[in-house]
Amino acid sequence: MDLRSYIVARVLLMIPMIFLLLSIVFLIVRVVPGDPVLLHFEKKASEEAMAEMRRELRLDQPLHVQYFEYLAGLLRGDLGKSMAPGRDSISQHIFSAFPATLELALFSILIAVGIGILLGVRASTSYNSVQDHVIRVFGTVIYAIPVFFLGMILLLVFSIYLKWFPAGGRIKPLMEPEGLTFYFSKPAGGFVQVFTWSFPVGLISWAISLVALKRKAIKFWPKGLLISLLVLSAGWIVYAYFAWHLMFRGGLHITGLYTIDSLLDGNVVKFVEAVRYLFLPSLTLGLMLSGVFIRLTRSNMLETLRLDFVTAARARGLKESSVVYGYALRNAFLPILTMMGLQFAMLLGGAILTETTFSWPGLGRYLVDRISFRDYTAIQGAVIFFGILVAVVNLVVDILYAYLDPRIRF
Amino acid sequence: MNDDVISLPLLEVDSLTVDYRTRDGDIRAVNNLSFALEKGETLGLVGESGSGKSTLGLSIIQLVPVPGVIVNGHVRIDGVDVVRLSDEEMRAIRGKNVGFVFQDPMTSLNPVKKVGAHFIELIRTHEPNVTEAEALERAQKTLNDVGILPERINDYPHQFSGGMRQRIMIALAIALNPGVVIADEPTTALDVIVQAKILDLLKNLRDTYGMALILITHDLSIVLERCDKIIVMYAGNLVEYATGTELHSHPRHPYTQGLLQSIPNIELAEQKLEAIPGSPPNLLNPPKGCRFWLRCSEAGENCETEEPPIVEVSPGHFVRCFKEADKSERNRKR
Repeated sequence: MDLRSYIVARVLLMIPMIFLLLSIVFLIVRVVPGDPVLLHFEKKASEEAMAEMRRELRLDQPLHVQYFEYLAGLLRGDLGKSMAPGRDSISQHIFSAFPATLELALFSILIAVGIGILLGVRASTSYNSVQDHVIRVFGTVIYAIPVFFLGMILLLVFSIYLKWFPAGGRIKPLMEPEGLTFYFSKPAGGFVQVFTWSFPVGLISWAISLVALKRKAIKFWPKGLLISLLVLSAGWIVYAYFAWHLMFRGGLHITGLYTIDSLLDGNVVKFVEAVRYLFLPSLTLGLMLSGVFIRLTRSNMLETLRLDFVTAARARGLKESSVVYGYALRNAFLPILTMMGLQFAMLLGGAILTETTFSWPGLGRYLVDRISFRDYTAIQGAVIFFGILVAVVNLVVDILYAYLDPRIRF
Repeated sequence: MNDDVISLPLLEVDSLTVDYRTRDGDIRAVNNLSFALEKGETLGLVGESGSGKSTLGLSIIQLVPVPGVIVNGHVRIDGVDVVRLSDEEMRAIRGKNVGFVFQDPMTSLNPVKKVGAHFIELIRTHEPNVTEAEALERAQKTLNDVGILPERINDYPHQFSGGMRQRIMIALAIALNPGVVIADEPTTALDVIVQAKILDLLKNLRDTYGMALILITHDLSIVLERCDKIIVMYAGNLVEYATGTELHSHPRHPYTQGLLQSIPNIELAEQKLEAIPGSPPNLLNPPKGCRFWLRCSEAGENCETEEPPIVEVSPGHFVRCFKEADKSERNRKR
């Protein structure tokens, strides 16, 4: 099986998996004794109010009708209505809180894996030395510290005393996009921005295609020219999309990640601000999780560094860095990747403590908020969303697995 | 190269001593061992497990595994004493001047890299000016020389059989045309038919590439007919050193004689194989005198207390044994 058919098979396998997940969540919420509406009001509301809510949330329908409505809603990306008085759309709440969580999760996992691999490799290559022991103790201690405590210490030092970073929130109030909508509603950018973008985009895509052609040893005429022109036009389409947003939408808010959006927008001031707000919470989570990755990297590296092909690589006179990273780490990476997937999925569910410490408006805070309201439909929606996310992260991990280790594809 | 200069041996190992510094004490894996190797020669290094033959092989390229250290002696490759070289200088010699083939081909290639990538990396590390395409072309030529179809260069190691992987390992060892190739038990993990093919391949390559070959093995029968010179090692010591034919016809050391008697002869229908009694000594606490005396049928009194000297019994034939030392002593007196 080549990589492509492996990916197709793996993606197809996800369909029954997610279907099963959805059905189980649906049944559990409805099969447990007691009725969500009753539990929500703790029997303190009038019969009419409860009946009203059941009707509005369509909980009075027969089970199979509810089930099909639920599936049909999911196909449209509709996770149902909240029990909160406004009967808000749960999807909209989740989708607007999710980019904050995603951004935090991405930066945290990058920091964790970066520190973890760097220190883990260091520890393993200097096995049993002072350096090794120091790194090991650091890994254990940093993971043992409660995350809210670490967060509060960092907050005190860097934000309250040193005033280097803001104490909480996601970005300066004026820079925030309005409401829950995905796009800025500010006036359009203009031609200057479009043309400052067009030059580098065209140049970069052209350069990339030429380098790729050279590596693949494809002759420039005529196949090479065609391919590079194709890449160039693809680059222009992507660029045109951005330009359109810049001109007519008044700014980019495509991903919902402020750091990336501000970069796409070419707004450096906003980017710096976004990073300043993001730094402390992601450092807190990243430091804590780096403990896991240090230990994991170290133990796996110690194993692979002993293998024959590492000695064989050294006997061929390869540089120590390519022996350590290209041979040992590359082969020790699969368990690290598994852990990355697990931790990342967990972070996507919302880092409740960290988000609360830094008043970060993500999924974790939304979930805490909904749980305290005993908002069962919202919780059900969040659980489904989280389940699908975990499935997707696992899919990505599996595909990366196959990419990293050719033996898995067969 | 100039022929008129005094020719240095390609590889010279001079009173090399290697210790493993363990928590329980020092283990002397190679004891004061010397030999020299010329261009195009084949040297067989024979000994049982733990005799120090692999350590000797690895110490030539300065890759003795931790906690091993070279405590004394020199290794000269093309006249350069590599024991004194820095890590970076030594790295440039490995692969370029000395090729190494390992015992287990199943685990000696990086499973996540294509065969071609192994070659590109090797060639471009030592010759940075070579492009990827040129490196691949050279790799395909070398693969062809070892009997692997050049188009399989884009396959991963797990797509090859054990014998083929060993051929790839050999191709990697000879790719930069080194002066010396060290093969550490290259056939132990393979079945008998493949074993013979690999050994013949090594011999042919030695002839076409003109390199010197060191064949490390525990199987005396393999090296007898293939090697110009043979060193028999026992518990870190050189016990006998002679040409293959000489060793076959006139083995002098009791240990070598024992090894030869334990090789089955295909022409004798009913033959009782003689095993050497006992097992090798614990090197943490080796016997005081000759390291073999406990298992030796001809051990005398002084074998127990004194270390036997190395004597040259006939030109080019060296033995470490009191029996032979006494004989030559007597001869001299007469």
